[in-house]
Amino acid sequence: MSESNTDRPIEQPEGEIKIETRGLNLFYDAFRALTDINVAIPARQITALIGPSGCGKSSFLRCLNRMNDLIDDARVEGDVLLDGGSIYEDDTDVAQLRKRVGMVFQTPNPFPMSIYDNVAYGPRLHGFGGRDSLGEVVEKSLRGAALWDEVKDNLRKSALDLSGGQQQRLSIARVLAVGPDVLLMDEPCSALDPTATFRIEELMLELMERYTIVIVTHNMYQASRVSQHTGFFLLGELIEYGSTVGIFENPKDQRTDDYVRGRFG
Amino acid sequence: MVKQRAQRGWEWLIERAIQVAGAVAIIFVLMIFVFLLRDALPVFKATTARELLAGKDWLPTAEPPRFGFLPLVLGSLYVTIGALALAMPLGLACAAFISEVAPRWMKEVLKPGVEVLATVPSVVFGFLGLLLVGPWLADVLNLPVGLFAALGSLMLAFMAMPTIVSVSEDAIRSVPAALRENSLALGATQWQTIWRVVLPAARSGIIAGVLLGVGRAIGETMTVLMVTGNAAVIPEGLKGLLRPVRTLTATIAGEMGETVVGSPHYHALFAMGLILFLIAFLTNTIADAAIRRSGRLGR
Ligand SMILES: Nc1ncnc2c1ncn2[C@@H]1O[C@H](COP(=O)(O)OP(=O)(O)OP(=O)(O)O)[C@@H](O)[C@H]1O
Ligand SMILES: [Mg+2]
Repeated sequence: MSESNTDRPIEQPEGEIKIETRGLNLFYDAFRALTDINVAIPARQITALIGPSGCGKSSFLRCLNRMNDLIDDARVEGDVLLDGGSIYEDDTDVAQLRKRVGMVFQTPNPFPMSIYDNVAYGPRLHGFGGRDSLGEVVEKSLRGAALWDEVKDNLRKSALDLSGGQQQRLSIARVLAVGPDVLLMDEPCSALDPTATFRIEELMLELMERYTIVIVTHNMYQASRVSQHTGFFLLGELIEYGSTVGIFENPKDQRTDDYVRGRFG
Repeated sequence: MVKQRAQRGWEWLIERAIQVAGAVAIIFVLMIFVFLLRDALPVFKATTARELLAGKDWLPTAEPPRFGFLPLVLGSLYVTIGALALAMPLGLACAAFISEVAPRWMKEVLKPGVEVLATVPSVVFGFLGLLLVGPWLADVLNLPVGLFAALGSLMLAFMAMPTIVSVSEDAIRSVPAALRENSLALGATQWQTIWRVVLPAARSGIIAGVLLGVGRAIGETMTVLMVTGNAAVIPEGLKGLLRPVRTLTATIAGEMGETVVGSPHYHALFAMGLILFLIAFLTNTIADAAIRRSGRLGR
């Protein structure tokens, strides 16, 4: 590599760190999809990941809850720490990890069951411990995802009958019901209209009080509207990382500058 | 213009051809029904509907003859339900294993292997049951005879399995990978995902597979004729599974050649055919309804 990682404008945030990657590399067979990523993600804030298509944003996100385990020829090197502990230990309970680190995918995929059963899916798996009954957990989660008012009279309806935007909020409710600390969101608004997008952005800002959120987005406005920190990826490398204001108004790397401005028009 | 008209004529022709084909299929089924009815109804000259359906003795050659279908109907039920109880869980587990758990090379061996099983002629299963499995089971379970209802069920289960496995495996494999990912991402284990998401999402295909498999079992004659002992007695309780029985199909196959055409016995055998026809019709209708109903939440 032409430049070492330490010369990069990578500005680790202050305060409580939720996730930290150390020398993270990801290979698909022989193809190196991520190169030496060192980044610290602050707790209870929103971190946006931007970069051109194919640069490895989704791949990076999937390293954080070990979804890449599902891909036969994917191989991870380096380490990811969650609250200071590695998630790539031999004895890591992956199901338990994914319970703590929830993921919302680009396309919503409700299970072919009722709205209620979709949200109750996680709690039923994990045996919902708290004081709330299952019904209360479902209601709370749907309220949390700003979907409750639209579906409260139709909880037994098939989730597949919801609109795309409603399905995406259902995906969020489904994750919230599990009670994670971290929400990974991979282009959650890419299939949504501006109104639905706006609702999800509002929602993220509300959720930020309790959850650490990492969002991948192609929408520069969205990144600058909702996030406090931004990372710019290019060809599997983290080029620049720092406060969102800094990245958008005063990028230090020329490539970040080109990308951010190019997108702004 | 001309080309367009030619195309329209072509389409008209295809549409008609499909309509005719559909009509022919329906006409055939109706004709079979009418044919069965015509040769079955005269049985009522010799006996009553009550005796047919509730009579406990099947003694068509006695004097006077007794035409009770009950032992045969129960025999068919025992063997078929037994086969279903064995084939369904095993077939499903096998399908889930092949599509969800087995490594790729094993999939490539297992799937065709299972499908080859479907081409084994039924007489071979009968032969195996008669000479190998039956005597062995009788020995292990300490039974008086090596030919009994459950042996028929077991052999039929083997025959139904390939269809159940093959069709349900297709259904399971066509469940979108994204659904699995979503379930795993919520912290489900692989088994929880299979059980709670994949199988329910594939249920209409699974129901179809089970029915196709069981369809083969219900209609199967040769195997049951060979291994169930052919005793037209009423099976009792669970123990009846370990005693010889006789099914409707085995009776028709075994006796049709020996009856005088046009005799009450002959007509009684047609009445059995009619009953089998109605059972098949009913299972299909119920299955159709089940598939449509389970499809509703899935839509
Ligand atoms: N399962 C896989 N097997 C092999 N290569 C993969 C796999 N998934 C992704 N890649 C490759 O890894 C690189 C990064 O892909 P990734 O999906 O992470 O990009 P991305 O930044 O999310 O792109 P987009 O913005 O289009 O979603 C791409 O070159 C892609 O071809
Ligand atoms: Mg992506």
